[in-house]
Amino acid sequence: MTSLASPTGITRPEPFPVDPQLRPRAMGFLRDAISIAGRSIRQLPREPEAVFPALLIPVFFMAVNIGSLQKLTESSLDIDYAAFQLPVGVVFAVTGISRGASLVADLNSGYFDRLLMTPVSRLALLIGTMAADFVLVALMTVPVLCLGFALGVTFPNGVLGFLAFVGISAVWGMVFPGFTYAIAFKTASPPAVASATILFFPFAFLTTTFLPKEQLTGWLSTFATINPVTYILEALRSLLSGDWDASAIGGALIAIVSVGILSISLALMALLGRVSRD
Amino acid sequence: MSTSAILATDLGRTFGKAHAVRDLSIDVPPGEVYGLLGPNGAGKSTTVRIFCSLLMPTAGRALVAGYDVAKRPQEVRLRIGAALQATAIDNLQTGRELLKLQARLYGIAPGPALKRIRELEDLVDIGEAMDKRISTYSGGMRRRLDIATALLHRPQVLFLDEPTTGLDPLSRQQMWDEVRRLNRELGMTILLTTQYLEEADNLADRLGIIADGRLVAEGKPDDLKRTVRDDVIVATVHGDVPGAEPRLRGVRHVDSMKVEGETIVARARDGASVIGPFAIAVQESGLELKSVALRTPTLDDVFLQITGARMEVQES
Repeated sequence: MTSLASPTGITRPEPFPVDPQLRPRAMGFLRDAISIAGRSIRQLPREPEAVFPALLIPVFFMAVNIGSLQKLTESSLDIDYAAFQLPVGVVFAVTGISRGASLVADLNSGYFDRLLMTPVSRLALLIGTMAADFVLVALMTVPVLCLGFALGVTFPNGVLGFLAFVGISAVWGMVFPGFTYAIAFKTASPPAVASATILFFPFAFLTTTFLPKEQLTGWLSTFATINPVTYILEALRSLLSGDWDASAIGGALIAIVSVGILSISLALMALLGRVSRD
Repeated sequence: MSTSAILATDLGRTFGKAHAVRDLSIDVPPGEVYGLLGPNGAGKSTTVRIFCSLLMPTAGRALVAGYDVAKRPQEVRLRIGAALQATAIDNLQTGRELLKLQARLYGIAPGPALKRIRELEDLVDIGEAMDKRISTYSGGMRRRLDIATALLHRPQVLFLDEPTTGLDPLSRQQMWDEVRRLNRELGMTILLTTQYLEEADNLADRLGIIADGRLVAEGKPDDLKRTVRDDVIVATVHGDVPGAEPRLRGVRHVDSMKVEGETIVARARDGASVIGPFAIAVQESGLELKSVALRTPTLDDVFLQITGARMEVQES
């Protein structure tokens, strides 16, 4: 091994040869996103306190809603109220839950900086986490669906209809937390991220949560018309009615894409601000 | 390409109107252990964050492993490892999962990654805890794992930002041994920041003293100490110190004197010939002399001579 003499007169070996197998290299967006998503998914069962309340609350709401309004609505409106409420329970389960708190923990612990010092794709840090959210929200639908099945709700369009039902719900649940991630990247503040849950309320309640749209009056009806959740609920209800209603499903997709463009753009801008080095 | 492992030229960084780092120039050749010594808030961490590609400099230029941190950050990231001030690990993963994820992000295949993690287990030295959640680790274990994470991809240049702050003396000694071993056996260039004089003295081949964002002195620790030409006489006394002060300042060949409570620190070019007369003067001025000692200058004296203030260590 040759030696180098430093200005200090200290003689040191040349920098060691790097083992070719250990030579670091950038893996690209897709592999990085999978690695980041894998880590986030591994965390899920390790934070049961973050997941359990979110699993139980929608079941509770759905049971109470059905228990208190089923007789009245079924006698006066001639609808299957359990099938009417199942999409509400699912939307409650998937809207607003995310890995936002865990991201804030990374930002504050310095682990996010550790990730930024690797060659990881910066975009993968957001998209990988959102991919984990897809898995999380899909799991969130399970208890509500079980209650729906117990109450006799069926999927007349078969397995495809069931998958479309869960898929629309989970994609909605995946894009909605873009707002939470924007706040997380911008503030790195746990209380600020916790307060993002307040967004859930107008989206979840100023819509056809309890009654069909034609039964809503005045301002609530107006708000429901512009609330994207109205169109998600409409598509999910159509899938329980046995039709493949293209306009209802198309409306839900437009709602998801519109909200997704807004929420993910905000999250990306906040991510760029966080990693800008300025 | 530069032949320096780290080369900074007139480096500066402002946050609004505040200058965190200004006009900082250093040249660290491959294989050197370079220490940045300074108190909290001196600009050490900001400098390291610039070198680690986490912050852009607002003035000057920095090359790390031959690449410009502003223009080629990705090349820099492939060649450096860093353990920053906060122990940057994730409580919900196990030690082994943390290292495996790190390997994946550096593109190291699973086979070689497992082999490398086995090598690092000796350094981490936490036995079966490697498969336990990091939230259960002690401070020393977390710090060692943090450094193992920084070493996983065998970086050419390693940055350690206050590596032993908050560690117990035994863990501190183990960390020093490890830094020496990495440098000696692997020729790894290491830049470490510290506010501990003893650490800087023990570990660094060369030191840069940093105060208010500026590099105020640089050299081998012994050379820096030689710049303080005076020996130091430290006397511990009891009695009316302010009353005795004029008499003590008048002792022949005492260049300067400072009183800190009941401790008197006097400086003299030839301390050995002054300590006797000084001790006699203390007693004759009515003070009770508890102890008196002569010592050669320390890095703290260097810092005092350059900045006019003593280093104040703050444990984070």
